[in-house]
Amino acid sequence: MGIFNKLKGGLSKTRQKLGSQLKNIINSHARIDDELYDALEETLIAADIGVDATLEILDALRDKVKQLSANGKDPDIILDLLAEIISESLSSSVVESELNLDHHPAVILIVGVNGSGKTTSIAKLAYHFQRKNRRVMLAAADTFRAAATEQLLEWGNRVGVTVVHQQSGADPAAVAFDALQSARAKGYDLLIIDTAGRLHNKANLMQELAKISRVLKKQDPDAPHEVFLVLDSTTGQNALQQAKVFQEISGVTGLVMSKLDGTAKGGAVIPICRELNLPLRFIGLGEKKEDLEVFDPAAYAKAILEPEEQPA
Amino acid sequence: MFDQLTSRFEDFFKKLRGHGKLTEQNIQQSMREIRRILLEADVNFKVVKGFIERVQEKALGQEVFKSITPGQQVIKIINDELIHLLGEGHSRLDFSGLPPVPLMIVGLQGSGKTTLCAKLALHLRRKGKFPLLVAADIYRPAAIDQLNQLGKQLDLPVWAMGTKNPVKICTESIKEARKTGRDVVILDTAGRLHIDKEMMQELTRIKDAVKPAEILYVADGMAGQDAVNAAREFAERLDYSGIVLTKLDGDAKGGAALSIRAVTGRPIRFIGTGEKPDALEEFHPDRMASRILGMGDIITLVEKAQDTVDQETAEKMAQKIARSEFTLEDFLDQFKQIRKMGSLDQIMSMIPGMGKQLKGMDLNESELNRTEAIILSMTPEERRKPHIINGSRRKRIAAGSGTSVQNVNQLLKQYDQLRSMMKQMGKVKGHGGKFPKIPFPMG
Repeated sequence: MGIFNKLKGGLSKTRQKLGSQLKNIINSHARIDDELYDALEETLIAADIGVDATLEILDALRDKVKQLSANGKDPDIILDLLAEIISESLSSSVVESELNLDHHPAVILIVGVNGSGKTTSIAKLAYHFQRKNRRVMLAAADTFRAAATEQLLEWGNRVGVTVVHQQSGADPAAVAFDALQSARAKGYDLLIIDTAGRLHNKANLMQELAKISRVLKKQDPDAPHEVFLVLDSTTGQNALQQAKVFQEISGVTGLVMSKLDGTAKGGAVIPICRELNLPLRFIGLGEKKEDLEVFDPAAYAKAILEPEEQPA
Repeated sequence: MFDQLTSRFEDFFKKLRGHGKLTEQNIQQSMREIRRILLEADVNFKVVKGFIERVQEKALGQEVFKSITPGQQVIKIINDELIHLLGEGHSRLDFSGLPPVPLMIVGLQGSGKTTLCAKLALHLRRKGKFPLLVAADIYRPAAIDQLNQLGKQLDLPVWAMGTKNPVKICTESIKEARKTGRDVVILDTAGRLHIDKEMMQELTRIKDAVKPAEILYVADGMAGQDAVNAAREFAERLDYSGIVLTKLDGDAKGGAALSIRAVTGRPIRFIGTGEKPDALEEFHPDRMASRILGMGDIITLVEKAQDTVDQETAEKMAQKIARSEFTLEDFLDQFKQIRKMGSLDQIMSMIPGMGKQLKGMDLNESELNRTEAIILSMTPEERRKPHIINGSRRKRIAAGSGTSVQNVNQLLKQYDQLRSMMKQMGKVKGHGGKFPKIPFPMG
């Protein structure tokens, strides 16, 4: 199964409903009019894209439609144009360069609010990079939540990677520091650091995160080389605020979107990519270690807008 | 919680109140603004549509145009509709059955079920119940460990039977509760997607086997438009009896609360407002509506105060606040009691008209510690008459508390702000003539 099929599989239910509703509206229209734009607006808002970004996208769509010749203004093409715009707004923020992981060891710091799926995403990332022949080490720097360390240890077991940990309640920056030291000494290629979930409006918890980065820099001034913010695809408009604050405090370099195997479309990522110019790197599509895909903007835009050809 | 939604409404109402007379045109424009506010707050677009239609219909009615204060009338309509959306009255958990009474906790992954189980257990113990926590999440790695650790922290028993057959774990837990004299059994089930048929059937099997008195659906307060789809699907399959919204201590606008209630018709029972086990509040629609609209939530504040502060001290303090006699000494006296009630911003957000003033004031905990140290380094006289604190006194206080003169200055400035805020509390008049009917709680 390719990326697209997998994404399609995960989003099948969504698309089936969305696709057929939209299709009906489009089929009932002989030409592109305001009613059709209204329907599209609802569709985009229902996907959590947000009012501002939705209006911008629709303005861009109107411009594109204007450029069409009179007999080219068939409602049928409108979804293709829309997918194109969405895909563009997601790709413009995908930095051409590869992930910044050439250091040995490279460090990825994983941050996010409570319950967004950080630990599961880390397990999947570990598996992903391990298959690329990288020696991966994990650090359990969520020393706050009950049994967070045990959860990461269990994943370490399942994926077959080393997990560095200390007792519950230990200083997370110390765990991160020791882990980096150990990864360097033992010649690991990649260290992925799990942090406790925290709401971005808790100033002291955010400072703790800043401290982890500071402490890592004492060993390697470039560390952490990537900072991934894990976003729950069911999150609404608050996602943008999350991304802003996490970027400010911990220098987020990329996004991982979790739980895209549900019916939520995760459209909140669109205003984030547009406003903060952050690339969405990976998407999570399930609870198993292999349920992670490299993000593909075109496939994503299509998958959420195109109608299902065969019922899933 | 709901801060941003509140401040949007406060701005909007200010504008609306300014209108001497409302025309059909500016009502329609107002409706467009409300639509936007609600959509940006993550209220589902279909729910918004219905809400706007109802408000508009009423707002265009004759009374509004005849009224001398049409703006106020519209605000009242919005308030009433909001309460209507959030549900009328507080509904309590049903414990009428023969003990042990099973409560089943369900929801999507990461919505906060396990934390909620611990909070609920603590809440019920405070009400004189003897809860048993049950680890029925056999899928997520270390979920059982998590519940075990939470149980240990709270000194509550946890029933765990490994990672096989959650139905059996639940039925056995009931037997265990009967044997050990626990009267409430809280079943922590695994998070799952509403479209995962197999996993949803597992919940149905647990429900059939255990016949829970209540099934609570846990939803993330930061959820977006899709919140209603998951909530509806869980409702159709399990016919749950109530909703719990979590993570409302973030700055999400919490519109999901309105949508889920509106779409499923089930009452919101509790809201989670922090990571600590006691950060759980009973949900009251009318109070929440006033909080969303920036009218404060005095009743919850009073209840919180009653829970943690003894009556006499509270009244004394309130009188001082009302008479603006609140000195730094009182501040220190009340410090620990206030902190027992929750974080300062949480408390302030419940006071009418405070939402706006709090913007930009940093009220985090380490700041509170520093504040305490500074006040402790003052002489009793300085605490009573802060205006006598001159430059050299500031230096001494800074040295004594291990802070800087700037910190001391900042505190004195904040104290001034606080005093002027408190003076205003006396002056705050409700919106739409509604608030003055509620007696001022502490004065």
